[in-house]
Amino acid sequence: MALDKHGIAKRIARELKDGFYVNLGIGIPTLTANYIPEGMEVILQSENGLLGIGPFPTKDEIDPDLINAGKQTITAIPGAAFFDSSNSFGMIRGGHIDLTVLGAFEVSQEGDIASWKIPGKLVKGMGGAMDLVASARNIIVATTHTDKDGKSKLIKKCTLPLTGVKCVKRVITDLAVVDIVPGGFKLVERAPGVSVEEIKDATEGILIIEGDIPEMKI
Amino acid sequence: MNKVVKNANEAIEGIRDNATIMFGGFGLCGIPENCLKALAETKIKGLTCISNNAGIDDFGLGVLLRKHQMKKMIASYVGENKEFERQLLSGELEVELIPQGTLAERIRAGGAGIPAFFVPAGYGTEVQGDKEVREFNGKMHLLEKGLTADFAIVKAKTGDTHGNLIYNKTAYNFNGVIATAGRITIAEVEELVPFGTLDPNHIHTPGIFVQRIFQGTNYEKRIEFATTRDK
Repeated sequence: MALDKHGIAKRIARELKDGFYVNLGIGIPTLTANYIPEGMEVILQSENGLLGIGPFPTKDEIDPDLINAGKQTITAIPGAAFFDSSNSFGMIRGGHIDLTVLGAFEVSQEGDIASWKIPGKLVKGMGGAMDLVASARNIIVATTHTDKDGKSKLIKKCTLPLTGVKCVKRVITDLAVVDIVPGGFKLVERAPGVSVEEIKDATEGILIIEGDIPEMKI
Repeated sequence: MNKVVKNANEAIEGIRDNATIMFGGFGLCGIPENCLKALAETKIKGLTCISNNAGIDDFGLGVLLRKHQMKKMIASYVGENKEFERQLLSGELEVELIPQGTLAERIRAGGAGIPAFFVPAGYGTEVQGDKEVREFNGKMHLLEKGLTADFAIVKAKTGDTHGNLIYNKTAYNFNGVIATAGRITIAEVEELVPFGTLDPNHIHTPGIFVQRIFQGTNYEKRIEFATTRDK
């Protein structure tokens, strides 16, 4: 069975390590915060100027001066730090963020990502996505394997305007975990109950299958 | 030294048609509400506005947009504004979308007297355009230019009469850099205190960057997405 978005988030959480500073993009990546393993310390960065994102506030705690990059009200953990936007992107551009997780419309087998613009339809802007993908040491894309119409998002070459080139290292989808390697997408894990054939059918790019592919542990 | 002005109307004095103005804030968080409102009540037009976002349809920069006072918008993300998308797609509004970190750094550089610098963001994308490309440490970079403006308008929590500013939480955001990059920087604050009363250890923006300051009134501080947990 394909994973739901919470399943994907749980699998992303397994990429976290104690002491990591992590930037989670809007959507599925943000859900990962709910599945940080107990006892593990991970500090979440919000590019609008916060290290140490806490849980959503209670109704009484809402503060309009405290939001995340998705403009949602949030809290800050004890020990958090606030800073301005140039300092924030200094952290990002300077390679100080250990892991960046973001969504995408398309990922190519060379590690290119398209995530910000659909010509003629969607002109929202790139926000901080281009800065993040150009500089993060470790970039994971979290997405459904196919779009609403069943079209593969893991493709040979991106058709939409790019966010960054040759930057994605790993893609975690509702069907599989794949790594970007020379020559294509290397299948690393299958979602529980999903066959290699199903993953192959849902992948337009070259899928490299070597040996037995284990099921994800989530 | 007298930097204190009475109110927003006095603060925006001298802003003419076709001026370039930077506005602090991220989404609706930390935007200079009083000055935005005062500008929307004037007939000033042809503005080039530099801000991370473009407000929403009926608040923030969205109001200047709806009144067609804006000729050009330079921003990183404009997603929450339908009128913006409409004016952009119809060609009424000129738009330059810049990666957020590059925008922040261009403003920082402008304020710090750095004419240009290299960053990796946008390489190989449509942001690259005809910018100079250079390889450093095996990685491709784009030449980006420092950015300044005729006026920079910021909002802080506390300020003193000499323009020293302290921001609150994530309302710091673009305000910190934008304060440095205006030929005239206007600060509106929730609380204006006498010079000499703020702890020098806590100043975010030193007063040298600020030319005009006033205590704002009636802050709405609208929230775009109120998200809560139960207990």
